[in-house]
Amino acid sequence: MPANSSLRDRFERGLAAPICLTWELTYACNLACTHCLSSSGRRDPRELSTAEAKSLIDEIAAMQIFYINVGGGEPMVRRDFFELVEYAVAAHVGVKFSTNGTRLDAAAARRLAATDYLDIQISLDGVDAPTNDAIRGAGSYAAARRAMDHLAAANFGPFKISVVMTRHNVAQLDAFEALAASYGAQLRLTRLRPSGRGVDTWDALHPTRAQNRDLYHWLVARPEVLTGDSFFHLSPLGAPLDGLNLCGAGRVVCLIDPIGDVYACPFVIHEQFLAGNVRDAGFATVWRESELFTSLRAEGSAGACASCGAYDACRGGCMAAKFFTGLELSDPDPECVFGHGETALAQRVAVALPTPKEDHSRRVALTVRSRVGG
Amino acid sequence: MSDVATATLDASRAWVLSPEVSLRDEAFGALAYHHGNRRLVFLKSPTLVALVRALDTYENLNGALDALVAPAERSRYLQALSSLEQSGLLRAS
Ligand code: SF4
Ligand code: SF4
Repeated sequence: MPANSSLRDRFERGLAAPICLTWELTYACNLACTHCLSSSGRRDPRELSTAEAKSLIDEIAAMQIFYINVGGGEPMVRRDFFELVEYAVAAHVGVKFSTNGTRLDAAAARRLAATDYLDIQISLDGVDAPTNDAIRGAGSYAAARRAMDHLAAANFGPFKISVVMTRHNVAQLDAFEALAASYGAQLRLTRLRPSGRGVDTWDALHPTRAQNRDLYHWLVARPEVLTGDSFFHLSPLGAPLDGLNLCGAGRVVCLIDPIGDVYACPFVIHEQFLAGNVRDAGFATVWRESELFTSLRAEGSAGACASCGAYDACRGGCMAAKFFTGLELSDPDPECVFGHGETALAQRVAVALPTPKEDHSRRVALTVRSRVGG
Repeated sequence: MSDVATATLDASRAWVLSPEVSLRDEAFGALAYHHGNRRLVFLKSPTLVALVRALDTYENLNGALDALVAPAERSRYLQALSSLEQSGLLRAS
C-alpha cells in the first residue's frame, strides 16, 4: 500500500537514520559483471580493517538501524566476512547480503543457515547460462546454481534470487518465477541503472519501453515479488507499485563504501554525491549533518516534469539514472514511461558521461570492453 | 500492511511488544521493525508510540488505554494495536 502523502513528505525531509543502508565490504570481486554498479574487481588498500568495521557496526546498532544490506564487490572474499556478519547479528543488526555465490560452498551454507536474522540474495541475471554469463561471465550461472543447491541442502529456508532486469531477460520473467518456486526461494527484481561499469553498457542493456510496460503489469499482478522499490519510475503506467515511490537517496537510502566513504545511494559513487567518510566524523554525523544530505532533503523542484500529470506517481524518477546518462537532475527519468526521457537524451549535445569516482575494475578485464553508445 | 484493521485484540488481557521488535523514534512517530518476519511498520502518532512503549507497565490493555488515550479515540487506538498484533509486533503476556 502506498504510504500516505504526509508520511512521504516527511520521508523526503529525511529520517533520524536510514532505513535502507547498503554497506559494501570490499571492492574485490572474482567476477567482472558488465553492469557492476561499483566497478568492482580489485581490493582497495584503504578498505576498513576488521576493527574499524566492528566499530562501524557498533555505531549502526546505536543509531538503531534495523538491518544492513551487505554487498561489494563480493563480500564473501573478505576473510573476516563471517566474523563481521556474526558481530552484526549479535548486535541486533540484521544482515541482508548479496553474493555471486562462487564462495558459497556446503560448509558456508551450513554456517549461514545456523545464523539468525540473515537474508541471502544470490545474483542471477539470466534464467539460463548463455543469458546470464553474457553479463556476469563464463561459469557464473553454474556457480550461482551450485550456491542455491548448497543453501537448499543446508535447509537455509527461503533465500532470494536477485535479478537485474535487462533487455535480454524481461522475456524470462515467468521462468525466473518457476526457478524461484523450485527452490522455495523468493524472487527479487531490480532496475538496471547506468552506474559503475553500467555507464558503458546501459544503452545496450536497459529494457525497451514496451518491455518496461510488460514488466510493470507483471509486477502489479505479483505483489509478492520483491523489488526494493526500484521500479517506481513505472508507476505512472497505472496503479502505483508497492513502496514509497520516491527517490530515497540521502533521505532513507545511503551507501557506505569499502573505504568508509558515504554516498547518497549505492548507485551514485561519484564525487558529486559523496557526503563524507565514517573515519572522520563517524557515520551518524555524516548522515545527520552533511551538506549534501541536507540539500537532498530540501524541497526539490519538479523541473521538466512539472507539467506532467504523473509527477506525483514518480517524482521524476531516479537521480542516478539521470546523472550517469548525462541528463540534468531536473530532467525526466531516462526511462520515463511517456518517452520524455528519450527526448531529453536525444537533446544532449556531445556529452561526456560522468565517470565513477572509484574504478576498481581489473585492468585486464578493461581491455576487452568497448564503450557502447554515449 | 493495512491501516484498516478490525479491533481483534482482547483489551482485558495484557499485550507487550514482541522481543524481536526494535522501535526507533522519528519525527512523525516511530518506525518498528520485526527482526523475525522482517516487517517494517510506521507508527504515525506519538500517542501510539507512547502507548506501545508503556504496554508492559499496565496490568492489561484496558489499563494502558485508560491512562494514555482520550475516551473518544479509544477505538481508533485499539484498531491500530490490533493491526500491529496482526503484523506480529505484539504478543500476549
Ligand atoms: S515526465 Fe517526469 S514525472 Fe512524468 S512520468 Fe516522466 S519522469 Fe515521471
Ligand atoms: S538515485 Fe535512483 S537508485 Fe538511488 S535512491 Fe534514488 S531512485 Fe533509488
